[in-house]
Amino acid sequence: MCATCGCSSGGVRVLTVGHGHGHGQRHPHPHLSDHEHDHDHEHQREFTDVHVVPAGPEGERTIELQQKVLAKNDQLAADNRQWLHERGILAVNLMSSPGAGKTTLLERTTRDLSSKIAISVVEGDQETALDASRMLRAGSKVVQINTGAGCHLDAQMLARGLRSLNPPAGSIVMIENVGNLVCPALFDLGEQARVVLASTTEGTDKPLKYPHMFRQADLVLLNKIDLLPYIDFDIREYACGLRKVTPDALLLQLSATTGDGMDAWYDWLRRRTPVPPD
Amino acid sequence: MHELAITEGVVDAVTGRLPDSRITCVRLEIGALSGVVADSVRFCFDLVTEGTNLEGARLEISEPPGLCCCRVCGINFEPDGPIALCPCGSAEVTVLAGQDLKITSVQVG
Repeated sequence: MCATCGCSSGGVRVLTVGHGHGHGQRHPHPHLSDHEHDHDHEHQREFTDVHVVPAGPEGERTIELQQKVLAKNDQLAADNRQWLHERGILAVNLMSSPGAGKTTLLERTTRDLSSKIAISVVEGDQETALDASRMLRAGSKVVQINTGAGCHLDAQMLARGLRSLNPPAGSIVMIENVGNLVCPALFDLGEQARVVLASTTEGTDKPLKYPHMFRQADLVLLNKIDLLPYIDFDIREYACGLRKVTPDALLLQLSATTGDGMDAWYDWLRRRTPVPPD
Repeated sequence: MHELAITEGVVDAVTGRLPDSRITCVRLEIGALSGVVADSVRFCFDLVTEGTNLEGARLEISEPPGLCCCRVCGINFEPDGPIALCPCGSAEVTVLAGQDLKITSVQVG
């Protein structure tokens, strides 16, 4: 598998998801599109200056590279960021552990905001199009990326997702990353904002246990606050741990199930969404 | 385990640049605050290089410690572990070093 772009026969698959397809199905149903391997594999921009040190006595030469391992991903992420900026689109990289409620949050957000702001979704999962079907029912344009063995989305996958979605100016693209508090932290996708969704059922210690993920969050959403009466969870202790890892990140509490606290999240999104041209 | 993808990225980068050279040694820098576990990269390296022009190459990894500057008390300090907390208790720090993840050089035979 090409680790940098995720392409392989058994690896990444992009599923475009559309409405009914004429043989009586009542539910939205994902369709598999062919994988077009149309990007540059020459890796032209990967290396800075190369310095060759003369051969030693055994005929071996040392070649100085001083090259970032993730340089190609970072360049593709910069391309995505520029593409989004030119079109006036807000892209949010939503990351969490599995089961924190990312899809439920996006379903409710789409239902509540889509009359005012167009929302499209890039769904990242190792397998299945279950989340894409849920988002389609909620009313968003959606593309599902199955990473196969991969544990995160990367910038090349997002580029393919954006080409498939073709989102309009002044809209929001929600990128639901693979449920994982470790690997997605390393891969810049080109998003304008990183949101980490935590949930009360995960316990108070997660920011301290997964500092790389929380350190780079612009916003931390604490979900499932409707369950607080039933579980042992101290919000002050959670906030204290989060501050040790990232003193600048904003923390909002909400329940994507009941809707409590969602307005602050919507305000946060609206403030960052570009105004579409007339 | 993102170290597998990271190690594949290393091999991709080196073979893309030096496709016809037999690589005998790869030198990486994995900073203490990079989020990558050097031992996991070592674990993956032989597997990932098999069948490439890096097969059999030696892997040398340097692991420079993190260095942070506290924005409250102004001192520079090496964080103890991945959480950058100043000895004064402040978490408001600027990371100065230890986040790099790069291929420093390769040796060709």
